[in-house]
Amino acid sequence: MSDSRAASGAVVEARGLVKSYGKIEAVRGIDLAVRPGEVFGFLGPNGAGKSTTISILCTLLRPTAGQALVAGIDVTRDPGGVRSRIGLVFQDPSLDDQLTARENLEFHAFLYNVPRAERRTRIDGVLEMVELKDRESSQVKTFSGGMKRRLEIARGILHYPQVLFLDEPTLGLDPQTRSHIWAYLDDLRKREGITLFMTTHYMDEAEFCDRIAVIDHGKIIAQGTPDELKAMVGGDVVVVTTREVVAAADQIRRAFELEPIVDGGRLRVEVPDGASFVPRLVRELTVPLSAVTLSRPSLDDVFLKLTGHAIRDEGAGQMDQMRSMVAMWSRRGRR
Amino acid sequence: MSAQGTRAAPLTRHATVDTRGATLRAIYMIWRRDLIRFWRDRIRVVGSLAQPLLFLVILGTGLSSALRGAGGGAFRGGLDYQTFMYPGIIGMAVLFSSIFSGMSIIWDREFGFLKEVLVAPIDRSAVAIGKTLGGATQATFQGVILLLLAPFVGVKLNPLAVLELLGLTFCVSFALAAVGVAVAARMRSMMGFQFVLNFLVQPAFFLSGALFPVTGLPAWMTALTRVDPLSYGVDPIRRVVLEASGVPSPVLDQLSMTLSGHVVPIAVEVGILLAFGLVLMGVAVLSFRHQD
Repeated sequence: MSDSRAASGAVVEARGLVKSYGKIEAVRGIDLAVRPGEVFGFLGPNGAGKSTTISILCTLLRPTAGQALVAGIDVTRDPGGVRSRIGLVFQDPSLDDQLTARENLEFHAFLYNVPRAERRTRIDGVLEMVELKDRESSQVKTFSGGMKRRLEIARGILHYPQVLFLDEPTLGLDPQTRSHIWAYLDDLRKREGITLFMTTHYMDEAEFCDRIAVIDHGKIIAQGTPDELKAMVGGDVVVVTTREVVAAADQIRRAFELEPIVDGGRLRVEVPDGASFVPRLVRELTVPLSAVTLSRPSLDDVFLKLTGHAIRDEGAGQMDQMRSMVAMWSRRGRR
Repeated sequence: MSAQGTRAAPLTRHATVDTRGATLRAIYMIWRRDLIRFWRDRIRVVGSLAQPLLFLVILGTGLSSALRGAGGGAFRGGLDYQTFMYPGIIGMAVLFSSIFSGMSIIWDREFGFLKEVLVAPIDRSAVAIGKTLGGATQATFQGVILLLLAPFVGVKLNPLAVLELLGLTFCVSFALAAVGVAVAARMRSMMGFQFVLNFLVQPAFFLSGALFPVTGLPAWMTALTRVDPLSYGVDPIRRVVLEASGVPSPVLDQLSMTLSGHVVPIAVEVGILLAFGLVLMGVAVLSFRHQD
C-alpha cells in the first residue's frame, strides 16, 4: 500500500464519498482534505450527513462510492490499519459504567496494544490531563455527563492516534461543561500535536476550528477558515426587526436593490459598509421599526446565506436526530 | 514536527502487530471484563440461584414425597427423586446463566460499550470468543456453587468427582454460552432476545432430562431430547454425581442417555457438547464479522 499522504499532505482525505441506503442518499459526494495538526470542524444541522461521513472515515460504515484515506490508509482496504491510528469519541457514551475509570482505560490500552511498559504511565498521563486522576478508582456510573465525556476523550487519545474523531463531543452538556471540554481539547492539541476532526451543530464551537466544512443535505456547500467563510457574507450584517416584514423587504429592495433574507420577524441584509448604511436605511423605511442591529458576520449568517435556513440548536438527543433524518429523507422522497 | 517524530515509534510498532496476538489479548480482556462485572454484581449472582433452589427444594421435596406416597416406594432403582433431580438443577442453573450472559451483548449494544469493542483494531472473532468464554466461566461458577448443596440431597462427592463435575459443567456452559452469544449477535433489542429465549430455553430445560429420565419416552419426545444439547450435559453430570454417591451401575445405565439402544459414553457426550459449542461460536464469529 503506497503512502498517499505524500501526494496531498492530508491526514484525512475523502474523494467523492457517497453513502446511500436504498434510494436515499445520506451522503452525496463529499470531498475534503484535513491537514495534519489542524482542528477541522464539520458543521451542519442534524441529519445533514455528518455522522454518516464520520462513520465512513472511522471504518464503521462502508461507502457506497468514493474513496477515503485516513493517515494515508484506505478505509475500505485496511480498516484495521486505520482503526489503530485513530481515536474516537462517539456522540453517545460508550463507557462501561460498571468498571472504574482506570479499568475502562486498561481495557482500551489492551485492545489497542499500548506497549506494556508504557501502559501505566500513559493511563496516568491521560487521566491527569482530563483531571480525573483522583477519581480513577470510582465506577463510571458515579460520574457526571461531563466527567464521562472527559474520560472518553482521555480514552480516545490513549493509544497515540494521529487523528481524533469527535462526533458532537459536547452534545447534551451544559454550557459551562462545554467550555471546559473545549479547554481540554485545546490543551490536548497543543501537547500531543494531534489532528482533531469533529462534527458539531453549535456555531460558537465551530469558531474554535482552524477550518470548517459546512454540510447540508449530504453535500459540502462551503469550506474554509471561519474568517474565509465569514468573508463570503460580504461585509456587515444589518438586521431589521419589524412587524411589517413584507413591506419592509419591499422597500429595501426598491431603495437599495438588495435582496433581504427573511428570518422570522427579522430581515437581514449584507452591506459592505454597515455604519453608513444604517442611517440611510432608517431614512428610507416608512414602516415602523422596533430594532436595527449592525454586526460583523457570524457563522450563523454564513449558514443562513448558504442554505437559506438557520441551523437550530435543537436539544438533540438521538431521537431528534432520527426525526430530522426521517424528515430529510421524506422531503427528498417527494421530489 | 519533532513531536511527530517521537510519536512515530509506537505507531510503526502498531503497524506490524501480529493479529493473532492482538486477538488473544482482546479475548482475554473481554473475558476479564465479564468476570469483573460478575464479581461486582454479586447480588444478581445470588439472586439467579433462587429459581434452581426453588425447583430443588420445593418441587424436589414435593415430587419426592408424592412418588413415595404413590406406592412406588421410591423413584426408579430405589433412588430418591430429589437425588435424581439434583444434577438436573445444576444443569438448569448453568442453562439460565450461560444463555443470559448473551444478553449482556445486547445490553452493551444498547448502552454503547459494544461500539468501543467493535471499532478496535482487533479481529471481531475476539468478541464472540471472549464473550462465550466469559459466559461459560460465569455459568460454570453458578453450577459449581450448587455443589455445596450436595450433602442436603443425599449426595456424597469426592475430590475426583468434583474435578470431573467442574470439567463437565464447563463443557455444558461453553456449549450453551455459545448459543446465547450466537443469538445475541444478531439481536438488536432485549425484547427480541427474550422472545427467542422463551422458545429456546424453557423447552431446552424440560427436554434435557433434568426432571425425568430421557429413556422410555414416546418416540417423538425421545427424538426431541436427543437434539437438546443440554441433555448431553445433564446426563454425564448425573452419572458422576450418582456414581460418587454409590448408586450401582445397572441402575445408572437404566437412567442414562442412549442413542439407538446403547448407553452413550461420557467422552462422546463431552465431544458432542464441545463440537456444538464450537459450531455456534463459529456462527457468532461470522455474525460479528459481518456487522457495521
